[in-house]
Amino acid sequence: MAIELHPLDQFKIEPILSLHIGRIDASFTNSALFMTAAVVMISALVILGSRKAEMVPGRWQSLGEMAYEFIANMIDETVGKEGQEYFPFVFTLFMFILFGNVLGLIPYGFTFTSHIIVTFALAALVFIGVTLIGIFRHGFHFLSLFVPHGVPKVLLLLLVPIEVLSYFIRPFTLSIRLFANMLAGHTMLAIFGGFVAAIGLLGIIPLGVDVLLIFLELLVAVLQAYVFTILTCLYLRDAIHLH
Amino acid sequence: MGEGDPRASLKELGDRLDKARGGMKQAAPEGGNGIGDTQNALGQGLRIGVELVVAVVVSVGIGWALDNWFGTKPALMVVFFFLGIGAGMWNVYRAVKGMGSAMGVRRGMPESKAAWDDEDED
Repeated sequence: MAIELHPLDQFKIEPILSLHIGRIDASFTNSALFMTAAVVMISALVILGSRKAEMVPGRWQSLGEMAYEFIANMIDETVGKEGQEYFPFVFTLFMFILFGNVLGLIPYGFTFTSHIIVTFALAALVFIGVTLIGIFRHGFHFLSLFVPHGVPKVLLLLLVPIEVLSYFIRPFTLSIRLFANMLAGHTMLAIFGGFVAAIGLLGIIPLGVDVLLIFLELLVAVLQAYVFTILTCLYLRDAIHLH
Repeated sequence: MGEGDPRASLKELGDRLDKARGGMKQAAPEGGNGIGDTQNALGQGLRIGVELVVAVVVSVGIGWALDNWFGTKPALMVVFFFLGIGAGMWNVYRAVKGMGSAMGVRRGMPESKAAWDDEDED
């Protein structure tokens, strides 16, 4: 009996509403559907959480405040007080990635963060934004970010190119990390899931593996959102304080 | 419980909370195994894996593109390959040491400002 596995089918983007503007395919896809769902759910959480501010918070308010304080503290610890200006952006980024990752774990769900173009667009936004913030705040002095201090002059010839290079690598590592983790995790889940039906009674073993994996994936989903956000904060700190 | 100014009792509650939080901080000293540290370590581990590989791949890509542009194949690709290895290792080193654009900014500082003040060594 041939085992048919299509672990990558889950990442297929399918149009729900076809829409072509000129030569551009602007269809509303399953990816867009889940992005919309994430935005609606985040808005609902924040709106319901702040509708009535009570001394003793209810469920929604607790959730909303928890999310708010988590990000506010993260910015405080990494960037400092000046970073609070950028709270709305960092908060939106974190919630969007978190909801994208976690929504994808729901059966029949779609993980939009498993597509490199989505994560790269987010990372490029962070990269361009942070660079502009740095240039607006420091002007030419921003370039001193690439000059490590306390280093002999000769070594600077080597270190400055490396620093510049590692600056431009940032959006790539940022996006590939999130995308690869999501892609690998979901593929693994699908492969073990495929074995369950294929090998009959013994399928209980891959089923058990999948049960354990889903917990791991939940952890990875939350942690990757955290990692993406804290790295954004650290890049922001570099742009604001330069060293 | 109707007696007294509610604000006074709130302030008292706040003081007690602060005290309890202070105690927690002392119970889990820096470098201890608090939940925050575990989370931080995990996040750091997940972060570093990609760093080395992507640095090399992206730099070789940049070198290749520049080579095509200037017609200097394969000189720049080789240069950027080694620069990429350097950048990857340098980034991993910084990430582990908690310096520069790295995770592991120390937690539990009395003032958040201290977090970057004492790690200007890079």
